Parts: sequence; structure tokens; C-alpha cells
Amino acid sequence: MSQFMQATQQNNNLKARIIPCLDVRDGRVVKGVNFVGLKDAGDPVECAKIYDAAGADELCFLDITASVEGRGTLLNMVSQTAEQCFMPLTVGGGVRAVEDVRALLLAGADKVGINTSAVKRPELVGECAEKFGNQCIVVAIDAKRVSKDGEPLRWEIFTHGGRTETGIDAVEFAIKVANLGAGEILLTSMDRDGTKSGFNLPLTRAIADAVSIPVIASGGVGNLDHLVEGITEGHASAVLAASIFHFGDYTVEQAKKYMASKGISMRLDGYVN
Amino acid sequence: MKTIIIDYGSGNLRSVHRTFERAAKDHKINSQIVTSDKPEDIAAADHIVLPGVGAFKDCYDGLSARAGVMDALYEAVQVQKKPFLGICVGMQLMATEGIEYKGSQGLDWIKGQVRIITPNAEQDLGLKVPHMGWNLLSENIKGRSHKILDGIEMGLHAYFVHSYQFHTDDENETILTTQYGEKITAMVAKDNLVGTQFHPEKSQKLGLDFIANFLNWKP
Repeated sequence: MSQFMQATQQNNNLKARIIPCLDVRDGRVVKGVNFVGLKDAGDPVECAKIYDAAGADELCFLDITASVEGRGTLLNMVSQTAEQCFMPLTVGGGVRAVEDVRALLLAGADKVGINTSAVKRPELVGECAEKFGNQCIVVAIDAKRVSKDGEPLRWEIFTHGGRTETGIDAVEFAIKVANLGAGEILLTSMDRDGTKSGFNLPLTRAIADAVSIPVIASGGVGNLDHLVEGITEGHASAVLAASIFHFGDYTVEQAKKYMASKGISMRLDGYVN
Repeated sequence: MKTIIIDYGSGNLRSVHRTFERAAKDHKINSQIVTSDKPEDIAAADHIVLPGVGAFKDCYDGLSARAGVMDALYEAVQVQKKPFLGICVGMQLMATEGIEYKGSQGLDWIKGQVRIITPNAEQDLGLKVPHMGWNLLSENIKGRSHKILDGIEMGLHAYFVHSYQFHTDDENETILTTQYGEKITAMVAKDNLVGTQFHPEKSQKLGLDFIANFLNWKP
């Protein structure tokens, strides 16, 4: 049973979190199908404002092309987005060095996601955690199943928006970055991302059970039951989704109420009016 | 009025600064928000905010390393008794000492110790560390509240992210708690001092209301 199913019985009032994710490219929010064929889903600043009012528990802002095109995250837009956010804001994309983390924090981010650079040089996680505290550092892991049917399940890390294979075992890597000082893991299943067929639950559970830090499940949400499963079966502490919210299939509030109706402890108060 | 957010190289300063500006604007409070590490700005401020994320010792050392800041803080907070708010590690720094890998002294303004949380000590609930996310606030001692909580109902959620907590020697100085496998100190107060383990700057409406109350507070 996950920590959030036990909450009501067990002396724990921490809530599961819903995190809308703004994937941004060229100043616009987009959500690709398997990261290819991007669709436009609006202005990031407007999205942030809407999600703050809607009671999102956190917001995630990913500059998805940053490491591919070798450009830094657009600090200005982060700053404008952060202006609208009275909930925690995680920003990722193109973070290569301690200075990049500092710049994002100064622009208004509360946490910074490190992806490709953490795979290339895991020590960066430790350096940033030491400088800014573990709670600031989110390691984003993009994993894909590499085992064939009938073999024991195995997932490996992919970088550069899922395009580059690394041969690194995803569970081992998660344990490593947790030990180095990551405060949280944002886990995206590359097999599921954009498919709307639900989280990769065996992957999510394998990593959530292997580390003592919170895991955010990401990739594949198509309906509200998927969010529920991420917590109950994937053992994640938070669930991240983009298109189901951006395109108005469901509101954050609907999602929270549905999850609460399934016995998950959710926050239903406190929104900015 | 002037409010200073003390900059000692730590964490999400900009985020704190913006939320203070918004709270002042929403509640029509005339207070200029300044983020600075200059002793003269501390001396000129009416309200003092010490944010902080990261390790206790690093934060204490960061504060000590800035010329004149410790003396200016002591003068403003302990001698002149200006309203002071510590957030997260900024709150923990008010303790006598912090126990991490090794011990580190704190400001010793509120007697007590900062120690790691042990949410699975009584029973293994598989609870994660850090304690990260929204958790419920409740009164530590039933019926005992604080002026700074005026208009804020109990049973609301606030945003937490931390691995250590402040155990005050005097139970009366712990005002709010939250439950995470064990009782966690959520707010402390003594005279002109308040401190929150949660992040008011990230706690949406509750946070904005709390900050406005702090800006209006006359201890």
C-alpha cells in the first residue's frame, strides 16, 4: 500500500500531489506525442495563472528543447511564469552547471530539474544539492523498457528528449542520484509519454520502492484512473500530467475529487481566488 | 514601512520576495519589500524575514560570513524587538543547535534542537524523506493560537519540504504542528519571533494571508 492510501488510518496527513506540466518550446506550451509532432497549448504565463487558481499542488516548467539545441532556459519567461505562481514551481531544461541552477532560482523557481547533465556527470547532482539544498534538486529520469517479453523487466535511461540511448539501468541510476543528494525524482516513461494509455506502473513502482525520496510519476496519463493508479499501484508521491489538463479534458479539481473518492488523501482547500 | 528579506546566498529568494509583494498589494499594506544582505538595510527595516533552504550549518555559516549581518540582526531582533519571521531553515536557525552530520550552533533565540525527522520510527509506513508536499496544520496545544493566525482557519494545508525539524524545549513555543508519521513542528513563536517550517510563499491563499498578518503584526 502506498503512503497516501495509509494516510487516513495512519497518523499521516501528507497529500498526494497533482502537478500540471508546461512543456515549453519557443515561448509556447506544447505537448508532443512521444516528443514528436508538437501541439500548441497556450501561453505559459496564462497557464500558470490558471493552474494556480485551479488549485494545482505544484507546477512544472520544462524547456524541452534546451539540451538538444544547446540553449539555456529562457529565464525571462521563467520569471514571468514564477510571478503568477504561489505554489512551488519546478523548472528544468538545459541545466548543465551549478550556475544554471542559481540563475533559475533567482528567476523565481523553487526547484530545478536536472536531466541529461545528471546522466553525463552524476556528481553535478551532489554539487547542486550541497549548494542549494537537496529539496531544490529534482532529477528527471527518462526511461524506456529494454527487456524483451518473457525476460525480467529492465529499463534504461534515455537522454535528449528520449533520442539518445545510454545503456544505464534506470533503477540503479535512481538509487545513485538519491544517494548523491537529489530531493525528488521526476520519472517519465518514454514508452508511455503522449500515448494516453496510463503510467508505466511496474517502472514507477520499481523506482519508488527503491529510493527513500519522493517520486513523481509522468508519461502516459489519459484519464483520471491513470492518476489514481500512479499513486496506488505505482507508489508515486505525485502525479504529473500535461495534455489532459491543457486541452480541458479534465480540470485539476475534478482530478483531485476523483482521486479522493478512490481513497487517496488529497488537498481540496486553499486556492488563490 | 520596510520589510527586509535577508539574502545570504540561499535558495528561492526571488519567490519569497514576489509573494511578499503580492501579499502587501492584495491586503493594501504599505510596505516596501527589500532583498538585501546589508546591515544598514536590516537596521532600516520594520519587519525582518529570514528565509532559508538547505543545510542548517551551511545557512548558519552563510549568515555568519556576511560582514555585520549577525550584529545587525541581533540589534534589530533581540534588542529593538522588531517582528521577525524565519521560514524553513530560517526558522530552524532560531534554535540553540542543529544536529546534522555533526552539530552546529544556532542563534539560540528559541531554546531547542533541530533534528532529522523519523516518520517511520514507530512503524514502517514507507514514508519518504524529505517530507515534501501539502500537509494539514493544527494547533499544538488545543485552543492555543497566535495573533499572526487571525482569520486563518485550522484544518487548512500548507506546503512543506524539509528533512529536519525544530523541537522546542518549551512546548508552549510550538504553536502549530502537522502529522507525518510523527508530530512535526509547523510553527514556533516567542515574543517578537515567529517561524514556520512550511513555506508561506508557496502555500497559495493560506500563505498570502499569513504573510499579510505578519506585515500587520505588532508584537
